[in-house]
Amino acid sequence: MLILTCPYCGVAADETELAPGGEAHLRRAGPAAGEAEFEAYMFHRANPRGVHFERWRHAFGCGKWFHAARCTMTLEVFGTYSAQCTAPPAAIFKAILASRPDWTPTPGQPEPPKPAARARKSAAKPVAKGKAKAKTPTAPAAKPAKADAKGKGDAT
Amino acid sequence: MRRYSAFAIAREALRFHKGWERAWRSPEPKPRYDVVIVGAGGHGLATAYYLGKNHGITNVAVIEKGWLGGGNTGRNTTIIRSNYLQDPSAAIYEKARSLYETMSQDLNYNVMFSPRGVMMLAQTEHEKRGYLRTAHANALQGVATEFIGPERVKELCPIIETSGPRYPVLGALWQPRGGTARHDAVAWGYARACSDMGMDIIQQCAVTGVRSQDGKVVGVDTTKGPIDCGKLALVVAGHSSALADMAGFRLPIESVSLQAMVSEPIKPCMDVVVMANTVHGYMSQSDKGEMVIGGGTDGFNNYTQRGSFHHIEETVRALVETFPMISRLKMLRQWGGIVDMTGDRSPLLSKTPLGNCFVNCGWGTGGFKAIPGSGWAMAELVARGEPGALAAPFSIDRFREGRFIDESVAAGVAH
Repeated sequence: MLILTCPYCGVAADETELAPGGEAHLRRAGPAAGEAEFEAYMFHRANPRGVHFERWRHAFGCGKWFHAARCTMTLEVFGTYSAQCTAPPAAIFKAILASRPDWTPTPGQPEPPKPAARARKSAAKPVAKGKAKAKTPTAPAAKPAKADAKGKGDAT
Repeated sequence: MRRYSAFAIAREALRFHKGWERAWRSPEPKPRYDVVIVGAGGHGLATAYYLGKNHGITNVAVIEKGWLGGGNTGRNTTIIRSNYLQDPSAAIYEKARSLYETMSQDLNYNVMFSPRGVMMLAQTEHEKRGYLRTAHANALQGVATEFIGPERVKELCPIIETSGPRYPVLGALWQPRGGTARHDAVAWGYARACSDMGMDIIQQCAVTGVRSQDGKVVGVDTTKGPIDCGKLALVVAGHSSALADMAGFRLPIESVSLQAMVSEPIKPCMDVVVMANTVHGYMSQSDKGEMVIGGGTDGFNNYTQRGSFHHIEETVRALVETFPMISRLKMLRQWGGIVDMTGDRSPLLSKTPLGNCFVNCGWGTGGFKAIPGSGWAMAELVARGEPGALAAPFSIDRFREGRFIDESVAAGVAH
């Protein structure tokens, strides 16, 4: 049974309580886009054997949409995070790379933050600041929402 | 290849069965083939077979990561039917069904095709109207189906509860020439015939890369070394996205797990296939007496070949309502297969952005019934480089052009 922790209400919900919503972080093709771009947006999916970013709704709980990073080969969950972002927060990438050091995104998937130096800096930040974020960055519960709140201002 | 026959059985009985030969060879790969087919499931082997039989191309290798027929070919519920709504689907599925009729003779291998009849129960007014429409469409397509009332349903399958309180049986779409076949035998029969034509079936050999030059495929890298090829056919169902990734293009496919299970063997109690799509379960009885039961798909991407437990419960609950006599039946096994779902629930038989590379996938939850038709159409596509009439509507371009073959609702399959 797949269990995901809702980043909003903190409930560890099993899949009967959740509604799957498909691949996450798809960028809608703009009005000027050609047919090929629209086809890619509408139909092409990463469908990876491994790390998958996806949308879920806590349908029989708080009712909110959220994101999850999960392995499609083992059902291992790397973390859940807010729906109010266009790319996974750094903590999620960190959790993925901690478990899958060789992971590289499949075409169409979000790229992890590139330079190693920056990755180290962002990883060090919570420790330096020593607030709630410092605790267990890999834990799925509630924290990723905060990690997102500090991150790059994707929310509007 | 020594032919199988009643005489062969008598001959071998007289000499302690020492004369049976291996059904197919397991050679090491040659450095180059005219056509390399990735995936030795039903569809891949059927493609190879019709390449040889219909187009005279026998310098063919079929490469398989695991063992022959060990994927969805060995995991399905063996149902064969062709009562689809859209014309392109009816054409290819009916071609497949008609080839099943003569497959045992054609392959000299008993695939135990049993045209026992398939009924799809209508349990809501909406579903009934849908099936009436399908029956009319089938009449125009030349597919023999009819809509039958609840009395006839009860007559054909006495163990059905037709007057349940929540979902009474209002009728059924009945295809008398649908049925089942022995799924492993289909793969084995094709493999034996392919091997006999001189084709190489290479098992335990995973493809690790696709090599191309000037926009055309020139070969594949495998765990048994590089193999050059003139043409490449990717026929790997649930793992199509991974191979397309190697070949440098993307597919409109998502892979999910579909479950099935089988009960302990009991005495013969139903001689038709029953699909109950509203409550979502389908059941038939195998020749061994086991009830073969198909369940639901998960809604999320999954490559684990096992499904979510709650689907088992839902399926069993639905079937116990429909067939009250199975309420005490024990289940022997449960398993999952990775099915490749397209947006319109119709397959892809298509050229790809990479030259001389062809793809056959997207059969989703209903690939077994299509095996011979799919192989027939795919062989034509690979041999000529252009699709024939059967394959043409199923090109990848249809997603860009909005030319869907929408069976997601029309097929009456609830997943």
